[in-house]
Amino acid sequence: MKFTIQVNEGPYTHQASDTAYNFATAALAAGHEIYRVFFYHDGVNNATRLTTPPQDDRNVINRWSELAAKHSLDLVVCVAAAQRRGIADADEARRNGKNADNIAPGFRISGLGQLIEGGIQADRLVVFGD
Amino acid sequence: MLHTVNKSPFQKNTFESCIKHAAKGSAVLLIEDGVYAALKGTSVSAEVQQAMGDITFYALEPDVNARGLKGKVMDGVNLVDYAGFVDLTVKFDRVQSWL
Amino acid sequence: MSDEEMMEGGVQKKFCYVNRTAPYGTVYALEALEVVLIGAAFEQDVSVVFMDDGVFQLAKGQDTAGIGMKNFSPTYRALEMYDVEKLYVSKESLEERGLSEDDLLVDVEVKTAAEIRDLMEEQDVLLTF
Repeated sequence: MKFTIQVNEGPYTHQASDTAYNFATAALAAGHEIYRVFFYHDGVNNATRLTTPPQDDRNVINRWSELAAKHSLDLVVCVAAAQRRGIADADEARRNGKNADNIAPGFRISGLGQLIEGGIQADRLVVFGD
Repeated sequence: MLHTVNKSPFQKNTFESCIKHAAKGSAVLLIEDGVYAALKGTSVSAEVQQAMGDITFYALEPDVNARGLKGKVMDGVNLVDYAGFVDLTVKFDRVQSWL
Repeated sequence: MSDEEMMEGGVQKKFCYVNRTAPYGTVYALEALEVVLIGAAFEQDVSVVFMDDGVFQLAKGQDTAGIGMKNFSPTYRALEMYDVEKLYVSKESLEERGLSEDDLLVDVEVKTAAEIRDLMEEQDVLLTF
C-alpha cells in the first residue's frame, strides 16, 4: 500500500515528527511504500541541518535524512511555509538574497501542490501535527 | 474510517469532537497525549465506555508506556504498537487525523 | 502532457478540508486556506468543513489593524471563483459559540454533526487543520 505522510509540527516541541517517523519506519518494515513525506506549518523546521541536539537525545533531523537515504524517500518541504520560517536550499537562498542555506540532506523544497498530489497518488494520507 | 486523536481530553475538545463525528463501525486510535482518554476512572471514562458499542478503541502502547499508564488503561481499549497502527490504516479505507 | 499530468487528470478524489481552529492565534487557519486554494487547481471534488473554533474563521467584521497581521478573511469569499463551493458549517459549533448563519461572511450550508459525520464517511482524503 502507498502512503503519503504529512508532518505539521517542528522537532522537539511536539511529538508529531517522532510519531510520524516511527509510523514511517513501521510502514516500510511491513513492506509498504511511502510515496511522499510532506512537511507543512512548523513541520518545515524538521529540515534544518543546523540543529545540534544534546548527544543523549535523538537527532530528529538526521533520522529523517538517514531514512530517506536508505529507502529513497521523497521528503518535501512546503516552499511558502519554509520561506516564512527561514528554511532554504541553495536555490531559494539565492532567489531571496540570503547569504546561507540550511536544508538537510534528503529534503527538497517544493510547492503545496505536492501535498495534494500526494493525497491523490497515495492510498492513504496520514497527518501528524498539533 | 480510522480516526486518530492526539490530544488529552482534559485539555482540548478534540476527543469529544471526534466521538461526536465517528460513524458506527469506525475505529479511534489514541496516540501521543490522546492516550489519556483511555485511562480508567476518569471524568471521560464513561463517555468512552458508552461509545464502545459503536466504535472500536485502540491506544498506541509506546505512548501509554511512556506516560506511566501501563496497567491503567480501561478494559476494551486495545493496545497496538506502531506496526499495529500501520495495520489499522490499511484495514480502514481512510484516516481522519484529529489534531 | 507528461505522464504525471495524465495520471492526475485521470484521478478525481473527494478531498475534505476540516477546519477546527480559530484564526490569528495560530497559523493553521491561514495555511489551511492556502492548501485549499492550491488544491483547487487539481480539479478534485472539494468540500470544506468548519467546526469547533474553525467557525470563527468565517466571522464577519474581522479587523486586524491593531495586531499587525493580515486580515485574510476576504479570501473565503473568493473561494467561489476557484470553484470551491461546498462550504459546510457545524450547526452545533455555531450554537455553542452564540453564532448564527447571519454572523458569517460567506454563504455556507449549515449541517448537523450527524450530517457532517456522513459527509466525512464519503471522502477519500481528509485534511484536518
